Amino acid sequence: MRHFLTFLGRCTATAFSGSVRYKAWLALLAAITLVGLNAYARQLVHGLETTGLSDQISWGFYIANFTYLVGIAAAAVLVVIPVYVYRNKALRDLVVFGEAMAVAALLMCIAFVLVDLGRPDRFWHMIPFWGRVNFPTSILAWDVIVLLGYLVINLYLGAYIVYARYRGRRPRPAFYIPVVMVSIVWAISIHTVTAFLYMGLAGRPFWNTAILGPRFIASAFTAGPALIVITLLVIRRVANLVFGDDALLMLRSIIQVAIVVNLFLLMNELFAEFYSSSLHSNSATYLYFGLEGFSELVPRIWTALLFDFVALIIFVLPISKNLTWLTIACALSITGLWVEKGLGLVVPGFLPTPLGEMLVYTPSINEILVGVGIWAFGVMLYSMLVRVALAVIQGRLSDKIYPALPVEGTALAQA
Amino acid sequence: MPESRSSSGTMNRRSFLRKSAYAATGMAAIAASLAPLRDYDDDISLDDFLRKHYKEIEPEEMEVMLAKITQEVEHEYGVRPHVRDLKPMAGVEFVTALNLTRCIGCRKCVHACVAENNQSRNPEIQYIRVLEMPNGTFDVEQSSHDYDPETVPREGFYYMPVQCQQCRQPPCVKVCPVEATWQDADGITVIDYDWCIGCRYCEAACPYWARRFNFSKPSLSAEDINPDMAYLGNRPRPRGVVEKCHSCIQRTRAGRYPACLEACPTGARKFGNILDPNSEVSQILRDKRVFVLKEEHGTRPRFFYYFDV
Repeated sequence: MRHFLTFLGRCTATAFSGSVRYKAWLALLAAITLVGLNAYARQLVHGLETTGLSDQISWGFYIANFTYLVGIAAAAVLVVIPVYVYRNKALRDLVVFGEAMAVAALLMCIAFVLVDLGRPDRFWHMIPFWGRVNFPTSILAWDVIVLLGYLVINLYLGAYIVYARYRGRRPRPAFYIPVVMVSIVWAISIHTVTAFLYMGLAGRPFWNTAILGPRFIASAFTAGPALIVITLLVIRRVANLVFGDDALLMLRSIIQVAIVVNLFLLMNELFAEFYSSSLHSNSATYLYFGLEGFSELVPRIWTALLFDFVALIIFVLPISKNLTWLTIACALSITGLWVEKGLGLVVPGFLPTPLGEMLVYTPSINEILVGVGIWAFGVMLYSMLVRVALAVIQGRLSDKIYPALPVEGTALAQA
Repeated sequence: MPESRSSSGTMNRRSFLRKSAYAATGMAAIAASLAPLRDYDDDISLDDFLRKHYKEIEPEEMEVMLAKITQEVEHEYGVRPHVRDLKPMAGVEFVTALNLTRCIGCRKCVHACVAENNQSRNPEIQYIRVLEMPNGTFDVEQSSHDYDPETVPREGFYYMPVQCQQCRQPPCVKVCPVEATWQDADGITVIDYDWCIGCRYCEAACPYWARRFNFSKPSLSAEDINPDMAYLGNRPRPRGVVEKCHSCIQRTRAGRYPACLEACPTGARKFGNILDPNSEVSQILRDKRVFVLKEEHGTRPRFFYYFDV
């Protein structure tokens, strides 16, 4: 136990130290986080009137980002499955970066839910055994439970593996393989439950479709690994982490499947909406073509679809074995899906309203600042987790070696 | 990396000063970013923070709470309210029946409701939305919400007021993550304003767009206050919680009619106990061609519409 506490202390110290470039990066993210905190303080004082939300469109930018990030968190499992189920060697050392991403994404999810609450001071009402959780009836109650559970699982796995390395031991399979297996099922569950949040509402035909769950998983398994590819490339470049391209190509082949499935499911959905063209298709009409002169989302969703489609072409062609093309395709699908599954999912669900009104939702500047702050906070956290994991994996930090040795032969070392 | 080379435990003075400077700058930056909180005017006491769910409050605790609310309202608005915790009456299940032949779309019910229930005036929160529907359709998407002719009713239109339908299977209650809203024994779905976390999932779930959220602190002046208040009903709400029509429980649980019914100039609204076979509503449900809104959603409303001719 004392060893572990020392480990935690050393990790914290390592997370905050480093080259000038690393510290400048943290300082930049911290500054953006504080701008977001400032915007949130304003929201606390004035209430959610500082957002662009209304009784008609009661969820927006915050819940859109929350939904997207649950997918990112769930996608960490795609690094875990090849390693532990298929014994893929290329990704073995990279599992911990997937888990770090899950942790960072989950904390961002929790932050996005908290800022969306009208009464954040009453958050504890949602906590099992303390508040009064409407379980198992409310899907939001389920979501709180599965998200907190997934956070604990990933914290445990990441910490256990890194700690074993730090102590110079081999991780004991009995201590983590069962948890890994649980985490695989659990990852699917967090995103399925998040889809159920929407799917269960009979009064919202745009969401009340069984295809939403599968689409959530397919889009998460596209955007998630794409984000992991890009972060791994960044880590490889700035931190001198040595790993072969086959790790990235493994993720590429996962994305190849997921992106095709995602587009296929989307086509199914579009067919059902527009061929039947009942009144229930009006939300989709609003999203893709505009309704009664309201067409704010139309250019965005078509851009997103274009991005998805171009990404699909690149991914299935052999050119995406080239890292530049791979990066482009990843970036396209990350952005495309952020729109498709963010505001493109949340806002049309509310329009037309159940009583047939149409109106515009535009996130306010304050709302966007809060959101950007949370993203900066998440990236900052991820950077720190990666820094610690790298130091341990590269053998620069262990119970014998402290403080962490600088990285050899890179820009980081000169600082 | 001079400071971290200076091995564990001993920190040299220069590095200590530098780190303190960093820490101080960091704290100052955080404090600066939190500066807007100086205008925070809701002081949430520890008691408020730890307040129990309505169903866990003991009777004597409720007395204390009612006294506290009385004091707060008097302090804030200079009006001494009469706040009660009214329970459902035994053997009573309330339903509403609304005669669409009689409704002329004058919105008197909307305004009587606002006056009765201490809703925020700016922005004005209204529980009732009257739809102006063109004859020949039942599609709410063709309705007008902000119709404003010189006189109502307009030729070629009929009018349909919509408010909480007091469903037997309310989606809002199902989705609430913290049981802050529930269906009482008399069929009225109520909200514990001191338990609601303001997630607005109920707003997303309601197929009748019946729920309203306090995006800002409700603004009410002393002359707006209706001092006859119920705990789960029309007492002033805090910022950041959801509210909706509760069939005027401060009236109906004390044997009176809801305010919207009394304000209606044409007598289009009927309200009563469905468990009493001789009540007016029972009679209407037996004899008239009655329907409910969005029956396909399976919400089983206690709010019935009918045409008279």
